[in-house]
Amino acid sequence: MSDIALRSEPVARPRDFRWLGITIVLLLTAACLYAVWTLYIMGQPLLAMLILVLVVAFAIIFTQRRFYASRFIFPGVAALLIFTAFPVVYTIYIGFTNYSFLNLLSYERAREVLLSRSVIDSESERPFGLVSQNGQYQLFLPEAAGGLLSDPFALDGTAVEVAANPVEAAPETLAMRDLVPLRANLGLVTVTIPDGKSLKLSGLRTFAAITPEYELQDDGRLVSTLDGSTLTPDQSVGFYRDDAGKTVPPGWAVNIGTGNFEKVFNSAGIRAPLFAIFIWTVSFAFLSVTLTFALGLLLAMVLQWPHLRFKPLYRLLLILPYSVPAFISILIFKGLFNQNYGEINLILKFLFGIAPEWNTDAWLARSMIVIVNVWLGYPYMMLLAMGFLQAVPADHAKAAALEGAGPIRVFFSITLPQILPPFLPLLIASFAFNFNNLVLVLLLTRGLPDMIGTVVPAGHTDILASFTYRISFLDSGQQFGLSGAISLVIFVIVTVIAYANFVAVRRAAAKGGTT
Amino acid sequence: MIVENPRELRWKKVAAHGFLIAFIALIMFPFLVVVSISLREGNFSVGSLLPDRPTLEHWYLAFGQPFTRADGTVVQPPYPVMWWMFNSVKIALIASVGVVVISTISAYAFSRVKFRGRSGLLDALFIIQMFPTTLALIALYSIFDGLGDVTPLLGIDSHWSVILVYLSWVTLHIWTIKGYFDSVDPALDKAAQIDGATPWQTFRFVFLPLAVPIVAVVFVLSFIGIINDYPIASVLLRSQETLTIAVGSRFYLNEKLYLWGDFAAAAILSGLPITIVFLMAQRYLVSGLSEGSVKG
Repeated sequence: MSDIALRSEPVARPRDFRWLGITIVLLLTAACLYAVWTLYIMGQPLLAMLILVLVVAFAIIFTQRRFYASRFIFPGVAALLIFTAFPVVYTIYIGFTNYSFLNLLSYERAREVLLSRSVIDSESERPFGLVSQNGQYQLFLPEAAGGLLSDPFALDGTAVEVAANPVEAAPETLAMRDLVPLRANLGLVTVTIPDGKSLKLSGLRTFAAITPEYELQDDGRLVSTLDGSTLTPDQSVGFYRDDAGKTVPPGWAVNIGTGNFEKVFNSAGIRAPLFAIFIWTVSFAFLSVTLTFALGLLLAMVLQWPHLRFKPLYRLLLILPYSVPAFISILIFKGLFNQNYGEINLILKFLFGIAPEWNTDAWLARSMIVIVNVWLGYPYMMLLAMGFLQAVPADHAKAAALEGAGPIRVFFSITLPQILPPFLPLLIASFAFNFNNLVLVLLLTRGLPDMIGTVVPAGHTDILASFTYRISFLDSGQQFGLSGAISLVIFVIVTVIAYANFVAVRRAAAKGGTT
Repeated sequence: MIVENPRELRWKKVAAHGFLIAFIALIMFPFLVVVSISLREGNFSVGSLLPDRPTLEHWYLAFGQPFTRADGTVVQPPYPVMWWMFNSVKIALIASVGVVVISTISAYAFSRVKFRGRSGLLDALFIIQMFPTTLALIALYSIFDGLGDVTPLLGIDSHWSVILVYLSWVTLHIWTIKGYFDSVDPALDKAAQIDGATPWQTFRFVFLPLAVPIVAVVFVLSFIGIINDYPIASVLLRSQETLTIAVGSRFYLNEKLYLWGDFAAAAILSGLPITIVFLMAQRYLVSGLSEGSVKG
């Protein structure tokens, strides 16, 4: 029966859906190509190129039968390329630019901003009235006797240009309160008066000749229409310079070579805290892994003891810290550890009369972060250890005990050597995770307390990842370029860890394969 | 160890239980305190573990209801907790569906479909998975700043941007599902092939039905992982009504406006459902983690 089902469905289906499939592929391709074009215009050539490559690959893979097998992995690979691999490359690229709060735009956008600045010619400024007739409007510019009345136009949100001609008598115009709702559309009206000037809305009650402040020259310079001064684009700093050589915002992001790296390595105000943070990051990750591993293993061994009762209950309670969402438990600890209002200091004060300064003392803050991380991380290690301990044959330990080895000797000579190799890749992965444990630091301390005398804000509990986060998004004026340069350092370290893990996994797999 | 002395054994048992109970008491302390705080008056930690005058004020506020105190003053909820919860659940649901689809299909390809460069690609995946998306936040911010010019749907402050980023969190799940598919008897796909099924049909009619349990587990794990994310959501979501619960919760413990009691109720409210789901799924999480990475 299943034979028939398999046969009748599969063979018939592809033919019917083939054209539908190709249409969908073409439509998606077209939509993506539009996105590529817009991104390119908006000054994101790198991303545009990546998406273009993926779109072309998509179109080929899903229309040519030859690449049938690739269809299965295309979505996963594309997601990883765009949102994991590309951002890494792009971050490194940003590390070589001065992309920051001051240099946020692309060159084209910065030029547009300056070119769209306008000056109002105050001599031509004059009051106006609006005449409403059968849904059409006419602009009236009063003069000594009579005034100028424009041709009728519609105020429907489109730009209009009309001419105005002299009339003898002033027509009846709309009251101010009726004008206000029409203001946005009135801004799109250009009226040409007999002397050839073009006037636009310049205020609540006035029309005036409006001219752009700058005119673009062929060589890229901008000349002011007011005083003839020039702005020269300087591509080495990403700013226009005026005649005196001063930079004029807005700036755009330009490639500044190794500028950020020189800053990192030459400025003592950055190098010193960066080095301190690096040491702390490694120590924090190492401490977290060793402590959670030791505690998790100890608990797992107690739980594995054959004479222990209520095992499932203990197990459930012990993994509870792991099952509560981390962002909640971290914030709970943030509250409990608050040195002024927190419950922990309340109890310590009651019992021992002390109130440690968890928030302002560097070492206490660091201990706090490690304590919280051990609390968060030991259940994971315990669960893993329980699994690996089961694979250790009981006979070995028994034989050793018969030979007179104590429990500690048995643990270090028999149990630990047997569980360590399969555990190693997971320990390395855990190290990498804690090395970049952004959530913990951001939610618990935000890196505080801050170090003193640094150029960029750097905290005693900052890890490298949270340091770059602060430089780019928190308190230091969005210095994306500098942050990118520091990220490169992190990437190099992570690559080393990733490779170590890769080798460890290979070894574990090879061992597992032979037994 | 083999022949135990009964008296020694009893002492050992007492010691083991004593150790476990003391340890668990220490571990559970934060939870007990939070429950107590959520029922206590005011927003500062004063009073005993058992509140003297329990009040449901913080709970009303957590559910988004205004609360009238005994003296007649009406307290308005400080933050839209339920709305943030809804955002979190919406994002996590949509993204997890995508993650499951992508990772199941990719896992099948890596397990069964023969194509050139398969093992190289697997190795590359393994290395790439070590780079957390959170390391490249600046680039992600810049990318979506740019995509926002194409369509606001993919700009900063749009849930779809965040969902797209979460779609890339598939590597670990690909490994988990691949481990499962590897254990499926090859005779099954041989049989399907002989009956004339294409690889896609083998996947659709043979492997997918078999994979339902593991797919369910991956869905839950991905869901929890996304709910727990803070860095990406905090960078890409800016205005209060688009925030997720993980980003929003932080506001409660602001030094200038310290809402400890309100936070406690909101934390239990948002944490409890996720905790329960997690406790049901954790067994599979660990086996998936250890197998996925060791089997290579």
